[in-house]
Amino acid sequence: MSLKKVHHEQPEKFEFTQSNFDLAKKILEKYPKNRKKSAVMPLLSLAQNQNDNWIPLAALKYIGKFLSMPYINVYEIATFYSMYNLSPVGKYFVQVCTTSPCALRGSNNIVKICKEKISKNPSELSENGLCSWTEVECLGACVNAPMMQVNTDYYEDLDDLSAEKILNSFVDDKPLSPGSFRNRKNSAPEKEKKVSNGIKNA
Amino acid sequence: MPKIIINDKEIEFKDGMTVLQACELAGAEIPRFCYHERLSIAGNCRMCLVEMEKSQKPIASCAMPAAEGMKIKTNSKMVEKARKGVMEFLLVNHPLDCPVCDQGGECDLQDQSLYYGFDGSRFKENKRLVKDKYMGPLIKTQMTRCIHCTRCIRFATEVAGVPELGAIGRGEDMEITTYLEKSMASELSGNVIDLCPVGALTSKPYAFEARPWELKKTESVDVMDAVGSNIRIDSYGWEVKRILPRLNNSINEEWISDKTRYACDGLLKQRLDKPYIRKDGKLIESNWDEVIDLVSSKINSIDPKRIAGHVGCMSSLETINSFKKLLISLGTNNFEFREKPFYINPEQKINYLFNSSIQEIENSDFLLLIGANPRKEATMLNARIRKSFVSSGLPVFSMGNPGDLTYPYKIIGETTDDIKKFINEESEISNKFKKSKRPIVIIGESALELKSGKYILEGVKDFLFKNGFINDKWNAFNILTQNSSTIGAIDLNFFDIQQENNFAFFQKLEKKEFDLLYFLASDELNFDKENEFIIYQGSHGDKIAQIADVILPSPAYTEQNGLFINLEGRLQKAVKVTNPIGSSKEDWKIFNLLNKKIKNNELFTNYKELIDDTLSKVKNNTGFDSLPNLETKNIKLKKGELVSEKILIREIDYYFSNAIARASKTMSDCKLIKSKKNQNRLTG
Repeated sequence: MSLKKVHHEQPEKFEFTQSNFDLAKKILEKYPKNRKKSAVMPLLSLAQNQNDNWIPLAALKYIGKFLSMPYINVYEIATFYSMYNLSPVGKYFVQVCTTSPCALRGSNNIVKICKEKISKNPSELSENGLCSWTEVECLGACVNAPMMQVNTDYYEDLDDLSAEKILNSFVDDKPLSPGSFRNRKNSAPEKEKKVSNGIKNA
Repeated sequence: MPKIIINDKEIEFKDGMTVLQACELAGAEIPRFCYHERLSIAGNCRMCLVEMEKSQKPIASCAMPAAEGMKIKTNSKMVEKARKGVMEFLLVNHPLDCPVCDQGGECDLQDQSLYYGFDGSRFKENKRLVKDKYMGPLIKTQMTRCIHCTRCIRFATEVAGVPELGAIGRGEDMEITTYLEKSMASELSGNVIDLCPVGALTSKPYAFEARPWELKKTESVDVMDAVGSNIRIDSYGWEVKRILPRLNNSINEEWISDKTRYACDGLLKQRLDKPYIRKDGKLIESNWDEVIDLVSSKINSIDPKRIAGHVGCMSSLETINSFKKLLISLGTNNFEFREKPFYINPEQKINYLFNSSIQEIENSDFLLLIGANPRKEATMLNARIRKSFVSSGLPVFSMGNPGDLTYPYKIIGETTDDIKKFINEESEISNKFKKSKRPIVIIGESALELKSGKYILEGVKDFLFKNGFINDKWNAFNILTQNSSTIGAIDLNFFDIQQENNFAFFQKLEKKEFDLLYFLASDELNFDKENEFIIYQGSHGDKIAQIADVILPSPAYTEQNGLFINLEGRLQKAVKVTNPIGSSKEDWKIFNLLNKKIKNNELFTNYKELIDDTLSKVKNNTGFDSLPNLETKNIKLKKGELVSEKILIREIDYYFSNAIARASKTMSDCKLIKSKKNQNRLTG
């Protein structure tokens, strides 16, 4: 992962919508009054959800004011965590896991397909501006490796064919539904629902 | 006291010390990058690793509290290996550009790699490259050199009180930057350059000027404000290259303000190097004989009562003393040091000093500002107030609105009637005040400039004295003076106060009662020239030199020895660093020449006589660098008249407050940036 770049085109203003504003107030209530700052992370993701999956500078400033904390601190946090995007990622933000278990199961091929189908470089919008992709570290679904996360959904048990199909569906703006692509239920055993000792549902 | 064993030597340490501090007590030097005495502990550079018994791993001594019975080794094989490892990692990404780095010769990394560095590198990969950040006209950045000690971030948030620096990204991609690469809005920003252990943050005006070992280092005192920060002046040949802070815990600790540090390039510009005479409206170069002849004949032709002298904001005690002697010898009592008519009471020294002393601000539990903006008027003093606020939560209140002071405060009134209520114990705040143990009241010049200036000074003093806040142990009464010459001038009675009339000089000036005005390095006096003959003696061609009829060049504060008294009453020495430029002469020598021509005798035969005479006139003197011995029992009380008015705090043009700063390019850059910033703030 390299340092996140702030997008060159920034909206001038950012404000929470009424429903998000109420939600933000609710989030604030979870923290002691003198520890308001702690709410910065949920508020950042709230802003990201509201603004097409990325956080503009105006939102950093808005949250800084909202929590009465210095802008630089909000900026530090937004650049530290990989889940916050500081430039547009498109309607479908594809994150391909390339940590060892997924890599062993062929995630490198999926990256290659991403390069073909979406864009040459990571964090770059596709031609129609709908998708972008990036490599990420373990997303905790090793049992269903290889996998990728699109926005908030997991697409699991992929192979080259299914990956291509899924990516095509995003480029065409007709997304397939998430889940296992070998018809597994969650991470349950694929064929015989047995565990080694013969104990059911162990 | 608890004991600790360091390198088989048992020593006692104070509770709350860290292992590193205990090691220093034992005389074992610990290398460090991130640790700094006056900043919070970060513990991220790992250079200070030491061995502790019963610990498998070496420990970071800066972050480990010392405890009874610890056995520490600072010179074992394990320690050396650990530090070598840390150093190798630090050097992995640090460029090998020492020959072109301004930090070279005073670089912590360079010095420590001499002891812990390897002779070659085992790192075959590419080094990391980091884009340089813009941090304003004072700080030059070379961020590839940064080792992420975060000293600058901690300084900005803790000491300067402007949380604008931060570390963005993480891991290898971590970068230090200001928010969106804007310049730092602090008067203390220059100190991050001293704090930076490597060459990542260096001084922009000083870039590629000199190497530290080529410079002549002279310990001196700052004259940009009345605080009298201790400084070290580095000069190369006749040029002052840079100014650095010198440790003085009772005044400036180890920081100095940006004006102190960077106004020094003004010493090279706009200088008066030769005497000038105005002929047909133009200033023509001249020589000393001609000028002295002209001035003396002019003085002889004018009634002494219509001659006046005004001294500027950066004049030393000797200069003021010899100037006064000259004016008295000429037969006039019209002299003044104030630039604005603010009320002073010179009867007792307690009436015009910052009596609590700067260091004691840390022990205070209540602080009230009356018509003062310490951030602009005395930056280092403001830093001390902030320090006290950060460490003990000092509550600060203000009468009048001083704007952003870098710490929170409460405005408890904006009119003089509020002061009356406070003094007459009619407001809540007086009760709170009386309950506090070590309160501080700071009265600014802006408050004394009001029509009720006298009422404020005398009334507050009266209130404090009656409530027992002026005594041997604690003196809550403080006047915040702005100029380095002010206290000295009051001590030497360099003013025209007739009985109850505090502003005789200003009234005469207003009525145009002077035919000849002698300005000694004074540029701030508000004055419209008509037919007066104006003599300007000083170092810089500034406001008054433009309208002067005769210019007598004299040296700046780095070019002659001078005594200064700071706002607390400490007597300090400013030392001559370089020779005066051109044919300028020291101030007292010029007065000697004039007096010899006019009265046929010299004022002082030699410098020693001048010094002795000056020192004998300093009131309540207890010697150099110490606080004066003040009378706190027999306080003479007076009464002033109250006029209902708003307390206006005079806006100070911080970067342009004196002739040297106005001549400095760096200061005008700072001013430009600041005005741009304000515009941005207005437009959104």
